[in-house]
Amino acid sequence: MYPENFRYTKEHEWVLVEAGIGTIGITDHAQQELGDIVYVDLPKVGAAVDQGKSLGSVESVKAVSDVYSPVSGEVIEVNHALSEAPEKLNQDPHGDAWLVKVRLTAPGEISNLLSAAEYQSYIGAEK
Amino acid sequence: MRYLPKSDAERRQMLEACGVASAEELFSHLPDEVRLKRPLDLPAGISEYEIVQYFRDCGAASAAGYTGFLGAGVYAHYRPVLVDTVVSRGEYLTSYTPYQAEISQGTLTTIFEFQSMICQLTGMDVANASMYDGSTAVPEAAMMAARATGRGGVLVARSVHPEYREVLATYARYQGMPLAEFGYHPETGALDLEDLERQINDLTAAVIIQSPNFFGVVDQVRAAAEIAHRRGALLIVVFTEAVSLGILEPSAAADIVAGELQSFAISPSYGGPFAGIIATREKFIRQMPGRLVGETKDSRGNRAFCLTLSTREQHIRREKATSNICTNQALIALMATVFMTVYGKQGLRELAEQNLAKAHYLAGKLPLRFSGPFFNEFVARVEDPDGLNKALLKKKIIGGLPLGRFYPELKDAMLLCATEMAPRKEMDVLAEVFSSAGVPSRLVFS
Amino acid sequence: MSIQKVRAHISQNEALLFERSSPGKRGYQLPGLDVPPVDPAAALGAENVRVEIEGFPEVSEVEAIRHFTRLSTWNYAIDYGMYPLGSCTMKYNPRVNELVARTEGLAWAHPYQPEALSQGAMEVMARLEAALLEITGMDAVTLQPAAGAHGELTGILLVRACLEKRGNPRKKILIPDSAHGTNPATAAIAGYAVENIRSSERGTLDLAALEQAVTEEVAALMVTNPNTLGVFEENIARVSELLHRKGAMLYMDGANMNALVGITRPGDFGVDVMHLNLHKTFSTPHGGGGPGGGPVAVKKVLEPFLPVPRLKRAGKKWTWNYKRPDSIGRVRAFYGNFGVLVRALAYILAHGGEGLRNATLDAVLNANYLRKKLEPYFDLPYPLPNMHEVVFSDDRQSRRGVRTGDIAKRLIDYGFHPYTVSFPLIVHGALMIEPTETEGKLELDQFADALVSIAAEVESDPDLVKSAPHSTRTSRVDEVTAARRPVVRWKPASTGSQAAG
Repeated sequence: MYPENFRYTKEHEWVLVEAGIGTIGITDHAQQELGDIVYVDLPKVGAAVDQGKSLGSVESVKAVSDVYSPVSGEVIEVNHALSEAPEKLNQDPHGDAWLVKVRLTAPGEISNLLSAAEYQSYIGAEK
Repeated sequence: MRYLPKSDAERRQMLEACGVASAEELFSHLPDEVRLKRPLDLPAGISEYEIVQYFRDCGAASAAGYTGFLGAGVYAHYRPVLVDTVVSRGEYLTSYTPYQAEISQGTLTTIFEFQSMICQLTGMDVANASMYDGSTAVPEAAMMAARATGRGGVLVARSVHPEYREVLATYARYQGMPLAEFGYHPETGALDLEDLERQINDLTAAVIIQSPNFFGVVDQVRAAAEIAHRRGALLIVVFTEAVSLGILEPSAAADIVAGELQSFAISPSYGGPFAGIIATREKFIRQMPGRLVGETKDSRGNRAFCLTLSTREQHIRREKATSNICTNQALIALMATVFMTVYGKQGLRELAEQNLAKAHYLAGKLPLRFSGPFFNEFVARVEDPDGLNKALLKKKIIGGLPLGRFYPELKDAMLLCATEMAPRKEMDVLAEVFSSAGVPSRLVFS
Repeated sequence: MSIQKVRAHISQNEALLFERSSPGKRGYQLPGLDVPPVDPAAALGAENVRVEIEGFPEVSEVEAIRHFTRLSTWNYAIDYGMYPLGSCTMKYNPRVNELVARTEGLAWAHPYQPEALSQGAMEVMARLEAALLEITGMDAVTLQPAAGAHGELTGILLVRACLEKRGNPRKKILIPDSAHGTNPATAAIAGYAVENIRSSERGTLDLAALEQAVTEEVAALMVTNPNTLGVFEENIARVSELLHRKGAMLYMDGANMNALVGITRPGDFGVDVMHLNLHKTFSTPHGGGGPGGGPVAVKKVLEPFLPVPRLKRAGKKWTWNYKRPDSIGRVRAFYGNFGVLVRALAYILAHGGEGLRNATLDAVLNANYLRKKLEPYFDLPYPLPNMHEVVFSDDRQSRRGVRTGDIAKRLIDYGFHPYTVSFPLIVHGALMIEPTETEGKLELDQFADALVSIAAEVESDPDLVKSAPHSTRTSRVDEVTAARRPVVRWKPASTGSQAAG
């Protein structure tokens, strides 16, 4: 369910770091809690994001949820397909429906994040 | 009491079911020191007949029987009978905000039609389900522009309704929103575009103008838009006289239109309740305040409507909402919807043409202060506006609004309005009184 | 159990106005023009004259009235039956109020007409002001705000202006987690940061937590009393003292004033500023979502800051006073939603002092009666004595996969408008029920029976409840598609709305 090569936050984001680039998304657990996602608000390319700070938000019909960046860096790509089809976040949150790609400025931050096993036990306890 | 439906016997049964001897006991948990230990000092309840009589007396101590030439944001237009027929239906009058879509399709459908007609009238892509009134729509539009541009400054024309500007100042002051005013041209009464050029800067989020403006002048929307857009600001166009939309080219260059619909079958009612609107371009839809109704389908595949994009609103986003506004002015917006339906495409045009003709007939007999084109309001010059109005009152005519109160430089001028309800006879009388009062010998600006 | 209150009847289909429209139809006739016509292009400039209002409807008078009448039958309304939306106070709207609001001299009064010709309208406002002061125990009131949320904004701006005058507007507004969403939204618009305060386990203000939270940075605490659980804040006077000791103020959201009128007065339990919802407590109609009225009442200390203009007695006449240097300014044009004020005064006159108090007694009796009848079937997470409303949770039903929203929809099949769903947020799966005083025993019994019957259905056939309503002409609507691909205006056939079936 939760890929081993991702790192996770307690706010239910994931990041996959490859060659200094972090791909960020929300977890399957997050999309389930939110229900049908109707809108995604994302930063612009070039924006600076900080670990633990909001980088955007996702909305269902009756809730808005901030997305907190798992890493610090500069946004280099935004998944525009989500603005046309936000439902993808419900269908493939760990794959096609990534939110942004970020060039990391503090790669060491990764060590603050949860592993797949830790995240799974965290959401297990939350329930 | 006639609004309380229970018999004493029923009340006793219910008290018994609650296990108390009296309703008072249900309040026994209230701390004694906060209890009111005397009856409210209000007169005993009165009958329906006495209530009607009381308000009839209040109404008699008023301007009933006078012919008026006041406009200035509140206009005397005929109200088709159908309007009150429709809004008196309990299904519209005594229902709540349509959260439960399955049993609110009546209200939802009429709001959808309202939004659509406001778009058609203003030339905008989207319109909300209404705001409190025009005056509060203006600061809401300004805050919306600030969100959309990421800037804070607001430049408002002095030819925007003075009370609207006062409301804007109240909102702006406590939000730390820098607010400045720019002038009007002393001869035409239209915008002083040079002053706008001088004052606009790269921190300006919005330029706010009104057309027809407070002096009745059809203003230079395109030119203002060009200046605003060149500096990356949004143009907010305000209207107070909705009937003008029947004949005037919509402000296509505007980014946000904020207006007042009182002219659409809403009684002057000493200033309210009215209904405001905010309309805008598609790309700003998520920055809009207020309720929005959208089209969708029900589970059987039939067309249905529901409140939508609610995540902008206070009940979900709380302190991050686009506005704290909760209700719209649904019943008042419905009045406007019925009005627009009754007049329709041809009728609104004809109505506007009648207003144009009446105002130009009256203006033709009076000395005008400004040379700009006008719809159904204009500024006339008169040495002593208050004295003139006193003379008119003796003839059962309420004259125009003396402008000195809002514009010290225009204390020898008054704003007059003639709608389709202005009788020619009284216009002639007004002109006669005017000519005997004399024209001021001095022009402030010439 | 059989459904006693309703059975199905046929409702008319109706297309949108734009689909009913055809060129040349008209529902109006203007009087003959008694002055020469004017050429629009000559008067306004050809570039300023529009060609047409594209898409605007053209229908006959008969079609117009059928259109709006048919649509009206798709609504539920108080006139059909109980409308127990918690916090909304959906009570009967007396029709005489509608009649008197249309009194010619009042309905056609222009706000700029001479004061000498406005004495009747001003008398109405003055009399309403006096009545509201007696009811609230406050010192001064402005009738200018257009609605409850607008009143909140006005009230918080008054606090801000007063504190500013004292030298420091401060930074924060404290808001309990049980509050209406308008409270934090208002605080933000007034330029304040919001600090949420957790309610105690009993569901009331937590004095110890407050003691910690009230610092020199706090401008005010916004409290709803009784709170959104329908529970009277028994420590309210001590909370007020605590705030005052630190130079902060107590704001009361008057949404639930229907539980207090004639029994206790905010002015007597330490409130500095509050708003009233005339469309709730004083029965001016909700009208499908407005217009409302949101008068703000204050203690003397805030009076200098009230919006301009203020009503003032000058000899035998009423006059408008604009000379108030400390005023926050205007919060709307003119003097307020006057037509709503007329209705509220008519309501107060009809009841009189004793009648208003009796209305409160009946409102609280009705809520307690429903609580007694429903307590065996639904969880009551906060069992303190309640006043005008009662809040259950769906804990028991959610074990069968049925949530408060489903139960609400099933109530529609039983002929009732749902209660308030999922609010306050401190109750998991809230059913917030406010019957108001204008429901009789039969209606209350049928409502309780309906909920008891639904509770049984949750056990025997949860899917029946989850797919409700079954009897309405519109079934559950797809709010997700509406939000994903917003269609918020009609467009001609191929691009937008399809003709009704």
